[in-house]
Amino acid sequence: MPDDGASQAKAAPVTANGVAAAQETKRQRVRVLVRALGMLPVLLILCLGFHFLSEGRFFTGQNLGIVLQQAAVNTVLAAGMTFVILTGGIDLSVGSILAAAAMAGLTISKLPEFGLLWLPVAVLTGLGFGVINGALIALLRLPPFIVTLGSLTAVRGLARLLGADTTVFNPSIPYAFIGNGSLTLIPGVASIPWLSVIALLVIFGSWLVLRRTVLGVHIYAVGGNESAARLAGIKVWAVVIFVYGVSGLLAGLGGAMQAARLYAANGLQLGQSYELDAITAVILGGTSFVGGIGSIWGTLVGALIIAVLSNGLILVGVSDIWQYVIKGLVIIGAVALDRYRLQGSART
Amino acid sequence: MSEPFLELVDISKNYPGVVALDHVDLSVSRGEVIALIGENGAGKSTLMRVLGGVVEPSGGLLRVDGVERSSLTVAEAIKAGIAFVHQELNLFDNLDVAGNVFIGREPVYGGPLRLIDRKQLHARVRPLLERLGADFGPDAPLAELSLAQHQLVEIMKALSLDARLVIMDEPTSSLTLTETDRLMRVIAALKADGVSVIFITHRLNEVVQCADRAVVLRDGHVVGSLRRDELAPAAMIRLMIGRDLKSLYVPPAAPPGASVLDIDGAVTSTYPDRAVSLSVRRGEILGLAGLVGSGRTELARAIFGVDPLQAGAIRLDGEAIRVASPRAAIDHGIYLIPEDRKGCGLLLDVSIAENISLPDLASYLRFFLVNTARETANARTQRERLKIRAPDVGTTVGSLSGGNQQKVVLAKWLSMRPKVLIFDEPTRGVDVGAKQEIYDMLRRLTDAGVAILMISSDMEEVIGVSDRIAVMHEGAISGFLDRSQFSEHNVLQLAVGHAVE
Repeated sequence: MPDDGASQAKAAPVTANGVAAAQETKRQRVRVLVRALGMLPVLLILCLGFHFLSEGRFFTGQNLGIVLQQAAVNTVLAAGMTFVILTGGIDLSVGSILAAAAMAGLTISKLPEFGLLWLPVAVLTGLGFGVINGALIALLRLPPFIVTLGSLTAVRGLARLLGADTTVFNPSIPYAFIGNGSLTLIPGVASIPWLSVIALLVIFGSWLVLRRTVLGVHIYAVGGNESAARLAGIKVWAVVIFVYGVSGLLAGLGGAMQAARLYAANGLQLGQSYELDAITAVILGGTSFVGGIGSIWGTLVGALIIAVLSNGLILVGVSDIWQYVIKGLVIIGAVALDRYRLQGSART
Repeated sequence: MSEPFLELVDISKNYPGVVALDHVDLSVSRGEVIALIGENGAGKSTLMRVLGGVVEPSGGLLRVDGVERSSLTVAEAIKAGIAFVHQELNLFDNLDVAGNVFIGREPVYGGPLRLIDRKQLHARVRPLLERLGADFGPDAPLAELSLAQHQLVEIMKALSLDARLVIMDEPTSSLTLTETDRLMRVIAALKADGVSVIFITHRLNEVVQCADRAVVLRDGHVVGSLRRDELAPAAMIRLMIGRDLKSLYVPPAAPPGASVLDIDGAVTSTYPDRAVSLSVRRGEILGLAGLVGSGRTELARAIFGVDPLQAGAIRLDGEAIRVASPRAAIDHGIYLIPEDRKGCGLLLDVSIAENISLPDLASYLRFFLVNTARETANARTQRERLKIRAPDVGTTVGSLSGGNQQKVVLAKWLSMRPKVLIFDEPTRGVDVGAKQEIYDMLRRLTDAGVAILMISSDMEEVIGVSDRIAVMHEGAISGFLDRSQFSEHNVLQLAVGHAVE
């Protein structure tokens, strides 16, 4: 089954000396544990750090709620991006698809008879663009970077067209609760924003597909060794169309979530650079850029790290510009740390 | 032997300008182990690819269980029970053993959801692991297994497909002595189970060890078939080349001179508590034998400056030197021909001439530009000397055969002036004819005063070519052998850490 470090490695160490063998197993177990925890320690350190630096303003119910809300859309996008990067590809167009889906949804929501359909329309719009990306990549054999770079621009253009380059408002948009409401867990005490509920459901659903189904194994296989996957009878083209379809679909869902939250959308501005945060979340989470290795829970942790960083820096009072610099440095540092940890587990 | 279940009848394969297979007949019976031998280019791989359904024959037919057909597709070959264990293995490093064996055929439950049934999966993999005596479990991530273990996984995959015939193309070329031994036992186990095996190899002692029959190909047709009782390296070589190979060992023109390279108490990072001391004298070929993991390649890398020496000294012509990087080693006249020629020895997408001039490019410069005329002329001279078979020196190295690629690596260093040549696995993946040419070259070099340290896992080569053998075991030298003491037995004894009797 796909190895994201969480599986228990029972490979017998190939050393002659008994003592050396026992030490090797202990080292292996430590490595597996370290790999499985991934970036979680980093996330915890950041949370604690900001809590102290902001004199206790981080770990309040209200602030945590804000963090979860802000992480939600990116988490959904990053989940889709995880599928794509696992096959060794990339999807640069998710920000634009999100915008186009939101615009399409908002436009539909204003129609008297079809208002309620806006949510499925947004999601399906995303799916549609995703499938087109996937088809171009799988059937015409065009490189993912180029294809999605093209869609990034083309779909952005479509998003602008849909609103005739203006902002579309709908203050009475149906399902507005998903963008602003909360799900009560314990009446009066604890509630979780609907945005976060959706994000967690998406993560859970992705986990199910990636780790428990045959399709998930095939996704990892295609990322690990595409030619061997083909020879094993896996329909690589179908897997590719699926992952880009999912990425598009989740970008559409993200668009719906943003539209519900803002009651509005602008074809030009909405979703700008969202793909960078999505990719960052995936890579921070430990998924390999070349494909075949990674976990969806890592993506969740990655998305949370980004949200915590942004939130924490604001709480501490760091100016807007410095936030970019610090975020960038944290990303580089985290990935370098990751490479350093993984070096030990490379096969000698 | 029972009736053959698989027959190749009058198979021919033509490519534009080349006849790869010329009316070849081959039959396979149940539980038969056939060794397919011949020089590179003889057609062995092409023949196996026809069997495996990868290549369609230009003429002739295949008879599977009595049913005749003109060709097979890969799917039909698999259905007929023909399984191919490739040299560049088709496995998924990012999955575990069970995932690899049953890729594409995973047991599922839950209807349209197609959830993986892990219990069933493991239950199906375990008997295969036991059958092959594997020392790892179904959960083992492939990335943590050795090449030999990867091979076992590929064989398990074949068995899980109810293979009746397992085809292996040079299965032992990257294995150690113990791993080769284990594979031979696996082949015997397959035979006992009624599974036939065809393996292509350049190692004639393996053929003698486990084949029922050796089929010899030369220039696309079968020149002979030797039964078990007729199997002898001499007979095989004669058929392969069509002439008698003189004995491999050529004594040096003069007795060895003073030590050129002295290694004194060298400690590598892989074996921090072991020290290696040896000397290579002018005009001698010192064979360095041992099991993989005994530290030979690590020693070579340390001498060549790729890895730092933790302790110890290197002396060249009596003077202590510091080798901090490959550049330093090269400047001292110590050259390394690495084990992995494709990965570390050559630029595959670049021409022969450009590969040859690479380490010494500075000397080809004229006003900061490379003098391509000189580069080409030098490459042509080397091509003559080493008998590199290529249309011309502008040919991309990637398209050459293994033997010719190895010669290009050699030519690269010979264009400069070697004092010490470290040769790591000189003839891996090289056919018999080119092998002999390389051995002749080594002798000519030592006669000209070069000292050669030859690391080899090929017993025939170590015993047949070296003037002296040093055997390594777990990071240290376990013993030296003079020619009078040369024997497979003695080398193996030292390699596993016992003393020579």
